[in-house]
This record gives sequence, structure tokens and C-alpha cells, in this order.
Amino acid sequence: MDLISIRDLDKKEIEKILSSAEDMANGKPKKKHDGILATLFFEPSTRTRLSFQSAALRLGMNYIDFSAETSSIKKGETFVDTIKVISGYADVLVIRHPKEGSARLGADVSGKPVINGGDGGNQHPTQALIDIFTMRKIKGKISNLNVSLVGDLKHARTMQSLVYALAMFGAKITLISPKGLELDIALVKEIEEKFNAKIKTKNDLVFDDADVLYVCRIQEERFADPYEAKRVKEQFMIRNEHMKNAKKDLIVLSPLPKINEIAEDIDSSDKARYFEQAHYGVPVRMAIIDYVLMK
Amino acid sequence: MLNVEPLENGTVIDHIKSGKGKKVLEMLGISELNVGRVALVMNVPSKRLNKKDIVKIEGAFVSENQTNLVALISPNSTINIIKNGKVSEKRNVILPKVLDGIGKCPNPNCMTNLEHSKMKFLLLKNEEYTCHYCERSFNAEELVRN
Repeated sequence: MDLISIRDLDKKEIEKILSSAEDMANGKPKKKHDGILATLFFEPSTRTRLSFQSAALRLGMNYIDFSAETSSIKKGETFVDTIKVISGYADVLVIRHPKEGSARLGADVSGKPVINGGDGGNQHPTQALIDIFTMRKIKGKISNLNVSLVGDLKHARTMQSLVYALAMFGAKITLISPKGLELDIALVKEIEEKFNAKIKTKNDLVFDDADVLYVCRIQEERFADPYEAKRVKEQFMIRNEHMKNAKKDLIVLSPLPKINEIAEDIDSSDKARYFEQAHYGVPVRMAIIDYVLMK
Repeated sequence: MLNVEPLENGTVIDHIKSGKGKKVLEMLGISELNVGRVALVMNVPSKRLNKKDIVKIEGAFVSENQTNLVALISPNSTINIIKNGKVSEKRNVILPKVLDGIGKCPNPNCMTNLEHSKMKFLLLKNEEYTCHYCERSFNAEELVRN
């Protein structure tokens, strides 16, 4: 099977992946594989690419890596042809591409399981699974957890997948974003109807009741006015002073990279759990590879 | 009043939103069909719509799957199948559940606009369509605008 969108999974399937990831984190992979994973990244990545490669190696697989910069894409080869060719070289493909729908298109033309490593502003389902895994591991549950999602909610693909998964698991979601960068209203309506989710929206950086603060980047390049971009970035930078009224056991997560979204003084606080979250990328992606190969 | 003679055998597409008749012919690929005479009458006075277009296709009984495509641009259209000078079947158009190979994703960042690949849209409950690839939702007419 493929994993292209968080919409491809139901709660039972996510539970299964999370449980398998827990085993993987405890050093007990249930099934070793001996095939080859191909990482096809048409745009930059650190965590997704390396954690998938690490996951493959830890499962007993090998990996091959594709770079758009040094491939025949530069000669004008199409995406579809590239996927068809590499499908003959590997047993499972991880695709990241700046265009939305690229992973689904890749899956349509590949005879091998395809995992979406991020397609434009659309989906990043494996990151959402890492986020859910981290929250549950630290907080023990997702249901009724107060989760505040902060930043550019309009363009961040991570948020598109995560908000859906959180709603599926019954979290209480607050969306905090600068004006104009709110989450797509169609997605809010979809999860309200599908999961009976109660979603709060705010434009101010107030998160007193949050159990989890999930921060993503303000994408400066989306602003027409550089001064406005600078002002909003400063306004939405998470600093220690914001923690005064926060819950004592609040945790701060981020898909990373963090550029200026989170002040350095937060790094040393016990609230900062984003590096731990990044490390969970390996067992969760081991579980995902295992899942798509076994299904 | 401009008169078009009644059909003996063929298909009448009535109550087309005024100005959309030409688009209906394009969508049905009428020029590619082996049909007889085709009439497009535009801006016909209508009680229900104020003004409407009508298409008459001689010698072809256009299938339900095909005429349902008309719902994308003119959801209130009606279809009359004429056999031996009489109406043998009357039907409304309904939005197809899946559009396979029809339309163009309006999202400029959708991969299908880069690779010009085959399109697929799925009908949602609210009568919008979602792109199978980029997962964005659009109203039906947006998909066939160009």
C-alpha cells in the first residue's frame, strides 16, 4: 500500500503504526526487511530524508538516494518517467516534491509502495504520525489534550496533516496564526463535520490553557511586504516571557527547522521537546516502512 | 421567434444556463460524434430561467454518463431523448461521482499542471469536487472553465 495523505488512514491503522513504532523505539522490530528503499527528494530535506534512510538501515534494508540536482531531471526527464525507472531499482519509494499531488501521481505510476515525504503545501503524513507519537509518549494521550498550533497554518503542509490526525484522536485544537495565514477554512469545516471537532482560532499568541504548543515557521517569502514579514515574525517568536502564564507541564514541539520562531532560551527549558520529537522520526518511520511493505 | 424543426430521433438538452450552450457542445465532444444536424439556440425566453440555451442533436441518443457532464456547467439542464417523434425518456442531469480524465485542476501548484497528466476529481457531499492529487476542493464549474 501507499501512504500519501493522512486521509488514507483511519484511527485503527494509525494506532497500529504507533504501536509498532513503540516496539521499534524499544529496539524490538517485529519484522526485518531486506529490500531497498529509495529516497527521492526534489527539494531540500534534512530530517525526513535522513530519518527514512536511518529507518531503512535499522530495519535491515539498504537505501538508494536520488537528487534532482544531479539527475536526468536536469536534462528534462519528466517526474513520471523518473518514478517509473526508479520503481525498478527499489522496493519502496519516499518522495518529496514542491508540487502538490506529486506523491499521489508517483504512486499511480509506480508498482511499488510510495510514501509521501511532503508534497508542496498539501500533506506530510509521516510528520503528523511522528507528532502524534511524541504527544502520546510524553502526555500519555491525545484525546482532550489542549493542543495549540502556531505559525503559518495556511502554507505549512505539516499542519494540514497534523490538524486532521489530532481531530481524529479527539484533541482540543486551538489555531493561532497571523491574520491572512489562517488554516484553510475548508479543512476546518471538514474536520469539524467528520470528527465533531471543536476548533478555536486566534490571531494573538496566547496559549495559557495549552498542554502542547506546536510551532511552525512563518514563511517570510509569502509576504509581499518585507517589513510586515519581519514584524509578524517577531510578534510570533516564542520566548520565555510567553511561558509566564503557561501550564507547568506544557511541552513545545516543532517539525523543525526552527529559524527565528523559537528563541534560543527555550531550547534549554524542560518544555522544549522538539529534538526528542525529531529523534522519534526514526522508529515511527521504521513502523511506516514496515506497514506499507506488509500491507 | 426563431424556430428549429422538431426532432424525429435524437437528444434535446434543454434549460441550459444562458450562454453555456457552446460549452455544452464542446464538453460532449459533439463535433467528434457521428451525428446528424446539430442546433444550438441561445437566449431563448424561459419562465424558470428567464433566458436559456437549447441544444438539439439529430440522430444520436446521448448516454446518461455523457449528459451528466452537463451538470458541471449547467446543473438545472434537462435531457429529452426523442424516438419516432416522441419523448421516450426525460431526465435531469446529476453531477458525476468521479471525473476521470475530464477538466483541469485550478490549483496552479498541483502536479497535474506541471506534468499534464490525466486528471481525476471526486465528488464531495457539498457538491464540490476534490482533486485526487492535490486534495484541494473546487466548485464544479471551475474544473471546466478553460
